[in-house]
Amino acid sequence: MKSKFMLVILVVLALFSVSAQQKEIRVLLANHPYGDLLKAAIPEYEKATGVKVNVESLQESQLTTKLTTEFATRSSTVDVFMTRPLQEGKMFYKNGWYEPLTGYDFSDYPKNALDVATFGNKAYIVPLVTEWEVLYYRIDLFKKAGLSVPTNFTELEMAAKRLNSSDMAGFASRGKGAAAVTQLSSYVYNYGGTYLDKGKAAFDSKEAIDAIRFYGKMLANYGPSGVTNMSWENIMPLFQAGKVAMWTDASVFYGQIVDPTKSQVPAENVGIANFPAGPKGNTPFIVVSWGMAIAKQSKNKALAMDFIKWATSQGLAKRGMLANITMARNSAWKDAEVRSKINTGLIATQEYAAKYGIPYDRPYMSAVGEARDLIGEVIIESINTAGTSTKLEALAKDKVDAVNGLLEDTGEYGVY
Amino acid sequence: MEPKKIRGSFLERNLHIIFPMPAVIFVVVMMFFPVLYTFFLSFTNWNLTSGMPLSIVMLRSYQRILREPRFLAALGRTFSFTALAVSVETILGMIIALILNREFKGKGLTKLIMLLPLVSTPVAIGIAWNLFYDPTIGLANFVLTRLGLPKQAWTGSSSTVIPSLALVDIWQWTPMIALILLSGLASLSNEPYESARVDGATEWQIFWRITLPMVTPTLLTALILRSIDALKTFDIIYAMTGGGPGYSSETLNIMAFKYSFEYFRMGQASVILVFLFLLVLIMSLLIVRMRKSLEL
Repeated sequence: MKSKFMLVILVVLALFSVSAQQKEIRVLLANHPYGDLLKAAIPEYEKATGVKVNVESLQESQLTTKLTTEFATRSSTVDVFMTRPLQEGKMFYKNGWYEPLTGYDFSDYPKNALDVATFGNKAYIVPLVTEWEVLYYRIDLFKKAGLSVPTNFTELEMAAKRLNSSDMAGFASRGKGAAAVTQLSSYVYNYGGTYLDKGKAAFDSKEAIDAIRFYGKMLANYGPSGVTNMSWENIMPLFQAGKVAMWTDASVFYGQIVDPTKSQVPAENVGIANFPAGPKGNTPFIVVSWGMAIAKQSKNKALAMDFIKWATSQGLAKRGMLANITMARNSAWKDAEVRSKINTGLIATQEYAAKYGIPYDRPYMSAVGEARDLIGEVIIESINTAGTSTKLEALAKDKVDAVNGLLEDTGEYGVY
Repeated sequence: MEPKKIRGSFLERNLHIIFPMPAVIFVVVMMFFPVLYTFFLSFTNWNLTSGMPLSIVMLRSYQRILREPRFLAALGRTFSFTALAVSVETILGMIIALILNREFKGKGLTKLIMLLPLVSTPVAIGIAWNLFYDPTIGLANFVLTRLGLPKQAWTGSSSTVIPSLALVDIWQWTPMIALILLSGLASLSNEPYESARVDGATEWQIFWRITLPMVTPTLLTALILRSIDALKTFDIIYAMTGGGPGYSSETLNIMAFKYSFEYFRMGQASVILVFLFLLVLIMSLLIVRMRKSLEL
């Protein structure tokens, strides 16, 4: 009798708690400065709306893996998530995992940022953060050697040669195959090449090969030792330890290399300049590295929409800018307070890249992970031979065929 | 209260089923099911990038993987990494065990210190060793140059990456082999040694003719455990090189990870894992059989 009575009470309590349940949404963020900023600001949102936000933060590749497995097994309770449009956008769209964002005001975003957020004629991703390729350099070393900042590849090579010594790498950039693909892209563009042309792999063109050879020559002759196993996370400590004179990489790292708690190089010795021009001009990449989206299977779409409007609002974008995060919103860059506080080099390079840049830094396709590994093989061959490999054309042709195979497998060959 | 008595006797009559149930359920859900499901997936072409539903293709994924030079290279590498790491660990472990089997001051402390690598987190170990190995600012090259030796690229070059990774594995796991062997040595009886000494045998003869044969069953146990573990090493390689430079430190497990979570070719990734599973199974059976034949 007693146990039956307890059971009745439990059932009543459960029913009651369901009816009085607080509104909740589940949000997946990346371990990225903007994700951290949002996490810190979410209590304000909860207080203002009464909605409970359950946040999880993950490292970027683990975030992709978690989202993919949750969505693919149709077991997900995710409502809103941070997403990398160029890395996973096509795949997520094709699998129908993004909810179209009708009713969101996109007028404050640059057109090329919206290109990668839109599929068909619907927008699915709110651009959050942009990044572009820049040249970081050591102002003190350039002064000492009487050099001016390189504006083209010839000057880049001359400066690297002058500054290179047994104790100092004259030049650094990512050499770790797949990770190098994004930073190589600006070199390829400035030589007049591209990874994909009209939905077909094109990195075996003369222009692209010239760029890959130049990249390999620069890293083999003036790069840090062991560079073929180095991504940004290996090069940044070298730059911070004062062992690198010039470094081409994405603009996001500026904050960390001038942070006195992390770097032995004083901030006044760190310069940031436009990516150098190549034989065919200067069109570095400028990409939306992170965006935010609503999950198609979300059961709280109205709440999710309300949250995403807040999380990508002008107010938070300004707070991001003041924390050295390069936001996608146009208004964030025009704000007077922001302009007075942020590094002028960062503003100047952003303005250049926003005007002339190319909105892709990797082959834009569903099977991008595998395509990057394939291109990576060509990059490593070039670095290992200082750009002189006689096999490079044949290897690139081989990998172009493989990437075209991937495009065919996913029904994207010749589609653009 | 009549009903309670009946329930009690039902429980009592079935205790032998009820008590092991949690463990059985755990094994079925967490081990049998994933293995069987992986076998099932290996006959499909499940690929998340294509946006297509999964379909059964029977052996097509097997054909494709077996024709892939990258797979054969990874297979060979899995063996060479395991052979290199485990052989050095066994020899070093034996030497350390023989030393620790003698009485000396600070023996307890030495054993304690030896346990430390075993309890460290693999990813943290990987990050720390990456700092040692950094060709420009790392400790390893600093020591080499101080000794007048040429700098090495360590994990930065395809020719040195496997030995460099094996060294980390050796650093971490030699103590385990040493401790297992030490327990084997400690259980040996003293009589054969005494009579051998009376007969005038040298230390080397004693080791080769008495200690080694007697400790062989223990040694094989250590070998089984280590080989299985080394064949499926993932954490250290993933944290240190991610399989690079290029694919030059890509073992089967790393390749399967890339195929599944970077390329999203779940079907083909399952094929790789099926091969790894069979490999570990065959190895274990061989060693178990060897052990049995030695004991008979």
